[in-house]
Amino acid sequence: MNRNHRIKNILHVTVLLVLAVLFMFPLAVTVTNSFMSEQEIADNYDPVTDKNVSSYNDDSANHFARFQLIPDVVVLKQYYNVLIKKTQFLFMFWNSVLITFPIVIGQTIVATLAAYAFAKLKFRGRDFLFFLYIIVMLMPFQVTLVPNYLMAGQLGLLNSHWSIILPGIFSTFGVFLLKQYMEQIPDAYLEAARVDGANQLQIFLKIILPMSRSGIAAMAILVFIDNWNMVEQPLIFLQDAAKQPLSLYLSRIIDGEKGVAFAASTLYMMPMLLNFLYAEKYLLEGIRLSGIKG
Amino acid sequence: MRTGKLKTNNGYLAWLFLGPSLLGFSLFYLLPFVTGFYYSLVDNPLNGTFVGLHNYGALLKNSSFLSALANTAKFTLLCVPLNLILSLGVALLLNQKLQGRNLFRTIMITPLVVPVASVVLVWQAFFDLNGVLNSLIHALGYPPVDWMKTNWSRIVVLVIYLWKNIGYSVILFLAGLQSIPAEYYEAARIDGASRRQEFFRITLVYLTPTTFFVFVISIINSFKLFRETYLISGDYPHNGIYMLQHYMNNMFMALDYQKLTSAAFIMAAFIVAVVLLLFIVERKITNMIN
Repeated sequence: MNRNHRIKNILHVTVLLVLAVLFMFPLAVTVTNSFMSEQEIADNYDPVTDKNVSSYNDDSANHFARFQLIPDVVVLKQYYNVLIKKTQFLFMFWNSVLITFPIVIGQTIVATLAAYAFAKLKFRGRDFLFFLYIIVMLMPFQVTLVPNYLMAGQLGLLNSHWSIILPGIFSTFGVFLLKQYMEQIPDAYLEAARVDGANQLQIFLKIILPMSRSGIAAMAILVFIDNWNMVEQPLIFLQDAAKQPLSLYLSRIIDGEKGVAFAASTLYMMPMLLNFLYAEKYLLEGIRLSGIKG
Repeated sequence: MRTGKLKTNNGYLAWLFLGPSLLGFSLFYLLPFVTGFYYSLVDNPLNGTFVGLHNYGALLKNSSFLSALANTAKFTLLCVPLNLILSLGVALLLNQKLQGRNLFRTIMITPLVVPVASVVLVWQAFFDLNGVLNSLIHALGYPPVDWMKTNWSRIVVLVIYLWKNIGYSVILFLAGLQSIPAEYYEAARIDGASRRQEFFRITLVYLTPTTFFVFVISIINSFKLFRETYLISGDYPHNGIYMLQHYMNNMFMALDYQKLTSAAFIMAAFIVAVVLLLFIVERKITNMIN
């Protein structure tokens, strides 16, 4: 029995190990290859990126790309090129920052206020309105694409970061997540404060806010991930390449400057990974919250 | 009682807290949504005349819409069950007392935080005609497959989807598993239940609400797959992965707002139906368990 148990255990750990390797592989390749020289990258990836040279017509294995986890020689040339020699990367990194941060901050404020109303206050049409919020949250971006575009045109926002920031701030996702969280705060706390003569604003500031801290952190990190990643909105709203965020730049870089693509990709995912290492428990909390029935 | 009086006051106070959100929601989501519906019923966004369901009728005869619809449906039918089974499997593994299970959990959700655009190159190098996967196939003595430019592209997209999304479902399942009281299992063991019986009569039953939620979320996420396919193969990928979102995006570029908005509302209607189903079934399950 005990031995059986141990064999089972080893089997399970093996399965998980294999999965873990598969899951981490794309990341590992990206990070280690960012220390390769341009020549080494070309050697490994030319069959894929250089369409003129290579087509599959003979049996030589040279016609295939290779994943090489450890660089032959570790160089920082890619980072030098990306960060110092070419300024385009930094500009687009800055664009990503300029779009993402206002959305995270704005949505945190707006959603915290609204979530309190949905979770703890009673008003007419509350359940119906919240249902609308959920439905809209679930719609793919393309559903409201045309009117959104026309609206942005009306407001003179086209080709400006605001055409993405404003809808981002009012996305209903944060409201949904925080409402889930605040509903778990026992009413007894609010009752007690009311008996002590606190008004709604005081209750919100002195009880709800401090007690929702980890919920708010969870929401902020999920909103950050989602918007740092965004592709659809800038594709439509920002025709001007100088205003586009990194996500679009990286999808183009592969054609021209593959020699720096891995360093650029590594730098692009770094804020996310650091954030994740630092705030993993909030991310887990956020995911769990999204699954609690409303 | 005092509370009763305060609750009537809640009315306008609630609107104050709700105000900023509701204003932005109306302007950037609700209004576009309603206008979008209106556009789908007229022949032209500017000063259009009302044409009823004509746009919808035309859309249902449009071959590229129909193939995009079919592709989306096929993809959803494939990825939803796979996502459910794989993530439940991983969650069950991680729910045991294993060495390093927290590390494994962290690894499973890492793809969730990694921007799709930053690993696109790796996926391309893997699945390209001259890519790593084909070099393995070649080494085994088989002819290479053009993964991205044949119907195999569906499998490619599926793999990337699962890589990205499984972690999320795993966490939800883990939370669900941990909320099942240990006493249930103890009681079953005293009654002499086998492991298998425990799994089917306790675990699966009490996991039903979670399973259903993951089911619905993966349906909805399968509609949002545009990012991955777009980054890997651009505006016009292989026919096999030309999804509804591509269709809508391209109708936008072609300024065909009628087709776009009607397609959008067919999709929206479907999502509303799925969510309503979620609410109804959820209520039924909760009643049953209680």
